[in-house]
Amino acid sequence: MAIDIKLKVNGTEHSATVEPRTLLVHLIRENLSMTGTHIGCDTSSCGACTVLIDGKSAKSCTILAVQANGKEITTVEGMATAEGLHPLQEGFHLNHALHCGFCTPGMMLRAVELLEKNPNPTEEEIRWGIAGNLCRCTGYNNIVKAIQWASAKMQDKELPSTEPEFV
Amino acid sequence: MIAENFSYAAPSSIQEAITMLHEYGEDAKILAGGHSLIPMMKLRFASPTHLIDINNIPGLSYIREEDGFLKIGAMTREVDVEDSELIKSKYHLFGDATKLIADPQVRNFGTLGGNLAHGDAANDHPAVMMSLGASVIITGNEGSREVSLDDFFHGFYTTAVEHGEILTEIKIPVAKGRFGSAYHKAERKVGDYATAGVAATLQFDESGVCNRVGLGLTNVSPTPMRVSRAEELLMGSRVSEQDIAAAAKMAAEDCSPSEDLRGNVDYKRHLVKVITKRMLTKALGRAK
Repeated sequence: MAIDIKLKVNGTEHSATVEPRTLLVHLIRENLSMTGTHIGCDTSSCGACTVLIDGKSAKSCTILAVQANGKEITTVEGMATAEGLHPLQEGFHLNHALHCGFCTPGMMLRAVELLEKNPNPTEEEIRWGIAGNLCRCTGYNNIVKAIQWASAKMQDKELPSTEPEFV
Repeated sequence: MIAENFSYAAPSSIQEAITMLHEYGEDAKILAGGHSLIPMMKLRFASPTHLIDINNIPGLSYIREEDGFLKIGAMTREVDVEDSELIKSKYHLFGDATKLIADPQVRNFGTLGGNLAHGDAANDHPAVMMSLGASVIITGNEGSREVSLDDFFHGFYTTAVEHGEILTEIKIPVAKGRFGSAYHKAERKVGDYATAGVAATLQFDESGVCNRVGLGLTNVSPTPMRVSRAEELLMGSRVSEQDIAAAAKMAAEDCSPSEDLRGNVDYKRHLVKVITKRMLTKALGRAK
């Protein structure tokens, strides 16, 4: 029995008719054709499907579309504004915090909530904060630097160097 | 992966949810945080025909001290426990445990009630709650009943919650005086289920004699367990280094782990001994 739902995605109202078993990630990718939200492990381990639901980071492969009824969703497509990239997108770009890019949308959306709750996290807090997002390319160091860079940018602090470290 | 077909309803009161449970019969399941149930449904280890989503029922999420008990609403999320000033100031083992449960996204949704009602000995809150001497309130058509956690876990994924009932609250005797608690689990990677985990709670009277003790173990027995023999040893003692060593030895002897990918039986017993010693020592240090 299909169910009618309404939700706001990146500020735009959408309505859809879904089977109860439809996952939120499938609604976003297939019904709404926003493919920036990725499906990695499909078992709520890897975090590639992370979106924000009413500002809280969530693994959209483990949430039913019907549970998002009446909620506000933010995906990677909603991060940049007319003024330009989100500070996290800029930070990931400048710090070379991605190689293949598969984990990046989920990683950045997770970092949005992390910085919202803790605007000035330590390196350790960042590493615990992204514990639910796997990256198989970067080794995480540049991702941590990108989040530190965005943290500084969002607080109008002096920006850390984005020069690569050679060791 | 997509679950088998099911019908979905999101009632707005407990009574409505209970009525639906009766109406839909044994194949209906309650959906709380969903981060254990939905993965099981996707893998088709579970195929309920009806899902009753209790996320829209108001009044099931709270953490407060009242009438001598710390009361936690069943739909309180792990993240709410992590952020609670009351929990951070007095009940330190929750902070130890929640940090090690899955990951931040999962903790945004996973609930304490769900963690217990799922009935999985690999979950962390059963041992935490047992060491605190918790009980749960189970609500059904006939009203509410209170069940001690010692009588709650009946077997693999089976608990005292009968069909037509919902776990609605967790009740823990408040911490008094010199109270300390600690939890740790050994895990292969962050967010993994425990290879072995230990929750320890100690409380002392003014003369330094232990008047409350709890020692719960994670994932080293078919159902979550407490180490009664060690608790009896520590109760009424001053919890000396020798007492802690003896209690740790008893915990390792009394648990019944099974061999799996996380380790063999001897290794797990050894972990239980080491972690028990460390957690009792940590709880003792926090009981200031």
